[in-house]
Amino acid sequence: MTETRDTYDELQSQGHELRKETMIINMGPQHPSTHGVLRLLLELDGETVVSCRPIIGYLHTGIEKNTEPRTWTQGITYITRADYLSPFFNELAYCLAVERLLGIEAPPRAQTIRMILNELNRISSHLVWVATGGLELGAVSMMVFGFREREMILSLYEEITGLRMNHAFIRIGGLVMDLPPRGVKKIRSFMKTMAERLDEYDRVLRRNPIWIERNQGVGILTADRALELGVTGPPLRAAGVAKDVRRDEPYLGYETYDFEVPVREESDCYARYEIRMAEMRESLKIVEQALDRLEPGEVMVSDHKVRWPAELEVGPDGIGNSEAYVRHIMEESMEALIHHFKMVTEGVSVPAGEVYQAVESPRGELGFYVVSDGEFRPYRVKIRDPSFVNLQAVPGMLEGGLVADAIASIASLDPVMGGVDR
Amino acid sequence: MTPDQLAERVGARYPDVLTSRGETTAIVDRGGLLDALMWLREDAELAFDFLSSVTATDRPQQQLRFWVAYELYSTVHKHRLRVKVGVAEDDARVPTVSFLFPTANWHERETYDFFGITFDGHPDLTRILLPDDWEGFPLRKDYGLGGVGTQYTDGKVMPPIDERLDW
Repeated sequence: MTETRDTYDELQSQGHELRKETMIINMGPQHPSTHGVLRLLLELDGETVVSCRPIIGYLHTGIEKNTEPRTWTQGITYITRADYLSPFFNELAYCLAVERLLGIEAPPRAQTIRMILNELNRISSHLVWVATGGLELGAVSMMVFGFREREMILSLYEEITGLRMNHAFIRIGGLVMDLPPRGVKKIRSFMKTMAERLDEYDRVLRRNPIWIERNQGVGILTADRALELGVTGPPLRAAGVAKDVRRDEPYLGYETYDFEVPVREESDCYARYEIRMAEMRESLKIVEQALDRLEPGEVMVSDHKVRWPAELEVGPDGIGNSEAYVRHIMEESMEALIHHFKMVTEGVSVPAGEVYQAVESPRGELGFYVVSDGEFRPYRVKIRDPSFVNLQAVPGMLEGGLVADAIASIASLDPVMGGVDR
Repeated sequence: MTPDQLAERVGARYPDVLTSRGETTAIVDRGGLLDALMWLREDAELAFDFLSSVTATDRPQQQLRFWVAYELYSTVHKHRLRVKVGVAEDDARVPTVSFLFPTANWHERETYDFFGITFDGHPDLTRILLPDDWEGFPLRKDYGLGGVGTQYTDGKVMPPIDERLDW
């Protein structure tokens, strides 16, 4: 006979003494389903979660503190490592903030390429979500599919920036360098494949009974609760609130692009899945438009007090200085060498002030609060990471549910611990 | 509302208002912080119903050493406002806003963790990102980064980065 709750009640009614205390279980920090080193202190009554306390900080690397003694440009190297699944968003938000402090704007071509990279990044980030989320709930083929397509995007990054992660490609005033000659063609051919693959994912998951069973009606987070907890991104839009920074406070000229903000009303894990799938299609639409609008031109502001003094190119071992530029500063022009030295060691001087710049990352509102006191280095950089804030919703989503649903609920928030702990 | 309209509207009640780079900042007293946030949230024209972030900045030279900044956003009117409160080092306490905006719970814990600012009335003011037995508050300017100097072959040593700078 299987022992169910009914059996216990029956035994108890017959006068048997039963142990009724709850059990404390540590889920994590090393647990495959927690997307990194998230630790949940669960109090269980059988299979039911009575209370939950998320414990974070296992991946704290002091990124905010580390930016303070270094130049503004060096800061990019640090902040791109915060949320490692969406490095371009970190770079973009930081650079937009610093550009606003400087009162400059990157040239149109740089803005368009930034948008292309960001939307590709949104797809690659959602792909990791659908791959790992699928794996956790038993859709193992989805894991293979998701990482297969993500690999294609990472190859694109590698082709464009020289690196697969932590690119530091978006810089204050523009980009490190222009797209490689075959870049646009490669992105277009990827997009054609990706659109077909998204249909394939739909065939795998959309009407899959197990997927529906594990996700529908699980991990409810209502709009009111989400807003007061500061939850943003897909979990909020799955609760019927169409809050998207790209639409509400446009940057990079998003207001001139034609795209939808997908919204669902069900507030459950399945709605969040639908939102992310729809967002990938919207991202493809945006990249398509951006590629059509791409005009030749500069990718960095011409102001020599801001512009990084180098002509970089992707060599066989990653990004490096172009040979022609090295010859110019070392053999031809003393002034160019002095300027190069000043810009590299001292960098950009940013006028005093403070700004808060928000962008819509795959996980929600990513905000950078940047304070300058007019020096060559940041006075304070605060990263408002959406994963950190969204994690506060975990106890409310888990308590009263089953342990097995905890996995689906956490996966549906898509926390990245690099961003949570910074 | 545009930043200027916001500054005018908020400035009528809290005169210490600054508009810069398209953003409005209102500086309020510690005692009036809860009133201010309550009013900003309930006023129909302002309706700041979403708290994006709470953080602080350390300014050791100033008499009010810590400046706690609240980034407010209105999901109705899509405008932003920053509210700042300054506190002195020997009295680094600010009332918690976590019962007005539950999201402040973790933000305030993080600010306490890094700056050592106490949020009075907070339900669970413990360290959040650092270990419970950590000593000191790392984002204070007088807290060093640590690190080891670089030894060169000619015997010279370059000190670690935070010893090369003076704040």
